[in-house]
Amino acid sequence: MIVHLPILQVIIPLMAAPLCLLLTRPRLAWLFSLIASGLAFLISGMLLQQVMTSGTIIYEMGGWEAPWGIEYRIDQLNALLLLIISALSTIVLFAAETSIHKEIPADKHTLFYVLYLLSLAAMLGIVATGDAFNVFVFLEISSLSAYALIALGQDRRALWASYQYLIMGTIGATFILIGIGLMYQMTGTLNMYDLSIRLPEVAQTRTVFTAFAFVIVGICLKLAMFPLHLWLPNAYAYAPSIVTAFFAATATKVAIYLLIRFTFSVFGLSFSFTHLPLQLLFVTLGLVGVFVASTAAIYQTNVKHLFAYSSIAQIGYMIVGFSISTAAGLTATLLHLFNHALMKGALFLALGAVMYRIGSTQLSNFQGLGRQMPVTMAAIVIGGLSLIGVPLTVGFVSKWYLVLAVIENGWWPVAVLILAGSLLAIVYVWRIVEVAYFKPALAGTETIQEAPLSFLIPVWTLVIANIYFGIDTRLSVQVAQAASQSLFGVSP
Amino acid sequence: MTMTSFPPGLVLLLGAFLLPIVGKNVRSILILALPLVTLGLVWNLPNGLFAISTMLDYQLILVRSDSLSRLFATVFCIMTFAGGLYALKQKSVMELVAVFVYAGSAIGAVFSGDLISLFIFWEIMAVASTMVILSVGSNVGNKVSMRYLLVHIFGGSLFLVGILAYVLDTGSTAFTSMQPDSFGTVLILSGFLINAAAPPLSAWLSDAYSEASFSGTVFLSAFTTKTAVYVLLRGFPGTEILIFIGVFMIFYGIIYALLENDMRRILAYSIVNQVGFMVTGIGIGTEMALNGVAAHAFTHIIYKALLLMSAGSVLYMTGKRKCTDLGGLFQSMPLTTICGIIGALSISSFPLTSGFISKSMISQSAADANLMIVWFFLLAASAGVFLHAGIKFPWFVFFQKDSGLRPPDPPWNMKLAMILFSGLCIGLGIWPELLYDMLPYPVTYEPYTVTHVVNMLQILMFSGFAFFLMLPLMRRTLTITLDFDWIYRRALPVVLQNAFSVIWKVDSAIRQAFLIRFNQSLAFVARRYQSPSSLLSRTYPAGSMVMWVAVILAAYLILSFISK
Repeated sequence: MIVHLPILQVIIPLMAAPLCLLLTRPRLAWLFSLIASGLAFLISGMLLQQVMTSGTIIYEMGGWEAPWGIEYRIDQLNALLLLIISALSTIVLFAAETSIHKEIPADKHTLFYVLYLLSLAAMLGIVATGDAFNVFVFLEISSLSAYALIALGQDRRALWASYQYLIMGTIGATFILIGIGLMYQMTGTLNMYDLSIRLPEVAQTRTVFTAFAFVIVGICLKLAMFPLHLWLPNAYAYAPSIVTAFFAATATKVAIYLLIRFTFSVFGLSFSFTHLPLQLLFVTLGLVGVFVASTAAIYQTNVKHLFAYSSIAQIGYMIVGFSISTAAGLTATLLHLFNHALMKGALFLALGAVMYRIGSTQLSNFQGLGRQMPVTMAAIVIGGLSLIGVPLTVGFVSKWYLVLAVIENGWWPVAVLILAGSLLAIVYVWRIVEVAYFKPALAGTETIQEAPLSFLIPVWTLVIANIYFGIDTRLSVQVAQAASQSLFGVSP
Repeated sequence: MTMTSFPPGLVLLLGAFLLPIVGKNVRSILILALPLVTLGLVWNLPNGLFAISTMLDYQLILVRSDSLSRLFATVFCIMTFAGGLYALKQKSVMELVAVFVYAGSAIGAVFSGDLISLFIFWEIMAVASTMVILSVGSNVGNKVSMRYLLVHIFGGSLFLVGILAYVLDTGSTAFTSMQPDSFGTVLILSGFLINAAAPPLSAWLSDAYSEASFSGTVFLSAFTTKTAVYVLLRGFPGTEILIFIGVFMIFYGIIYALLENDMRRILAYSIVNQVGFMVTGIGIGTEMALNGVAAHAFTHIIYKALLLMSAGSVLYMTGKRKCTDLGGLFQSMPLTTICGIIGALSISSFPLTSGFISKSMISQSAADANLMIVWFFLLAASAGVFLHAGIKFPWFVFFQKDSGLRPPDPPWNMKLAMILFSGLCIGLGIWPELLYDMLPYPVTYEPYTVTHVVNMLQILMFSGFAFFLMLPLMRRTLTITLDFDWIYRRALPVVLQNAFSVIWKVDSAIRQAFLIRFNQSLAFVARRYQSPSSLLSRTYPAGSMVMWVAVILAAYLILSFISK
């Protein structure tokens, strides 16, 4: 059993998805999905423990040896990502039943869980697999289910947003496929580990350069790096609240994982960062992204839009950490990956609760919510503080390690810019606080009640995690450090 | 962690969250009891380092107890107690919670033995003090608190980068005396100075403090700037540049206070002025000067709070804040008037008041260190202080013309708080040994010499004379004084807006031109091959996204081929 954990991680949600379709009663489907996701979470925890104690796990599918067969390769980086995805998925799913009750027509509830599980399985698959083509396959599964999930949003613009995402996602996936194809042409292998050994031999060819360019652009599109972020705000804003919370916490993280995996492992550090001024390119785009997206966030009138733009800004920070291309920088990125999942999970789930009670996430409708929904609003405030990076929250831990890595590298101006970016975060978080606490409640909203427990429990689980991991950083920092060191260890 | 080593600040910090839960009577008891419990803990701490834990791989020292930290913690506790008494009738529970968190984190900050825990308390202080201003709930208050928070988080950011650089340089997070000779320490110093309301960002203080509630301002005046004085005292004693900064602050405060019309803004500017004295003393850096700074911080918290309490009482009873609207209140508010005058005399360092025994230590140390110009400035400034805070404030508020207002004295608790602090002002002036015994270095200074007393009285008399001579010039009109903050409140947004609109115009022009060309060529292709081009033109946003993708991909490819 224990040896099959890597495949079980993916196969359980993947099998659960069609089974869900058989369960006609939505409530049953919800329970079933929750159990499946919970199992995945349990497995990812066991995998992480196993990896941390005994190193990389290699699982050969059907006993076929790589590079002929498909292998699943779990090192610290994969294990961390698997844990983030399955944990957030489970917590978010907890609130799903209540939330979609209001936001999705009753006849589509079962379908929703099917898509959700498919999406979860695909994301886990992308992370777990060690095969480049397999990555593409799972990427397509996750994208297709994502388009459908976003299109379920009650706002009619959801369809349009989903369509845009579809166009962009398809282009991104195609680019990745082209890149993988070119690599296959040059090396004859699709196994990532094998690629990392064979690529250096042919590294100085135009084909490999082109492959690299296609893969990187494709991934950057997927992770909504500025200026390829245009699809993200609408997709997040018009999707059902649960979907937004799930994707905001996990989807872009998977893309960041791919970026790290392809640049550090497959192409290798020396190739990725030497033949292109990638460092300069990424640090510039990352910082510009932080400022453009944060400024855009300030002017939003819909809180979901606001936090969507803030997500783009946070991705900018991860890109900056990535671009340093030192173990410390990568640690900062991975830490922020983990921490940002906690923040945005909490925030978007809390927005889901607001949506449930008042049916809108327009900022103007937040008036007086500080008194009407004190528990939910307190969660948003703490999540916001974490976003700003106030000490004793996870945001501070991220900021600390990121600035430390930047300074260690001697990039003083970047350090100052990063902190200036957190000033912008104050402004947009502030706008919510101001409206919710210091504006009188709108007429006719006296009946608004606090969100139900099915929201409050998962939201506050995440909020407490925000504080807990802000104080006790042992787990997150240790794993992130181990992961980044192992990446620097294996890079040729 | 035994009881004796429990971080005292946490009592207030955690106790604050009990306030909204309990009933009204219990709340009143807690407000008065928590500061006293804290004071007890402070005085039971033996010297040394306690409450050590780890965070982010570094050691946190939550309690470093010595005479200096004990001195500041003591006055913070006294301040919280008297302020709590004064604010007992404050309706906004949120303000009370914020105030207690604020006071607790200030006490936590002065006990912090390492930079990380100091930073944590520093940031809590910034957030909590913002909540104090916010809890007024006015529209102006919201904007002000936003600006206030931004300035402080900016200062905190400088501090944070400074810490990181310092840690990378030295490998230690211990908060000890340092020199501003490396990037890290310079940034730490700038972070400290921003909280001390040093130029060029002095304006946050008067901007924010005049918008808090009648009781909120009393607390605000005590903690942020004095914590900054404490950390400067601990971290940068004898740093020469502080002398210049301090002298600048002294005169900045005086000049703006003389121009000001809002009574609490006058007092806010005089905080900058008084902190200027302390910063100068830290720059001088002799034992005598440092003693003087510590003593002056102690007495200043008390008399400035007293002054703001009397101003707060006037505001509470009349709802008016401008000197031009006030006057003649001594007839119906005798106690407030007397307490205000005692505070005013103290700030002017009149003999037999607390200001006399502390400020003169700083100017004497300047003389001892042969800094004659500095000594002269300090002397001139003493006259200036008497002008703006010593006479101007009580004269325009309580005497001057009769404004026709006849409010009674404030409720008993506010009176009691003012009487308590008036007593402390005079008591310390009569028995300076009480304070001198708590100072970090042994004191040999004797304030009550004939020359000193006569000197001081001469200065005060002449400047008092000058005030009434120039009274026609000083008669206040309804003015708003422009300060440096105008630049970021007005000028910067306008410039940015214009800049952005230009950028947007250029951007859209470029994109328009590109799209027109693109569409033309598409149309050309479409005409040629008779395929529907409407699909692409209809989905303009998706099209522009794809364009970006193409641009980036092309850039990548070109770059990688060029670099080969």
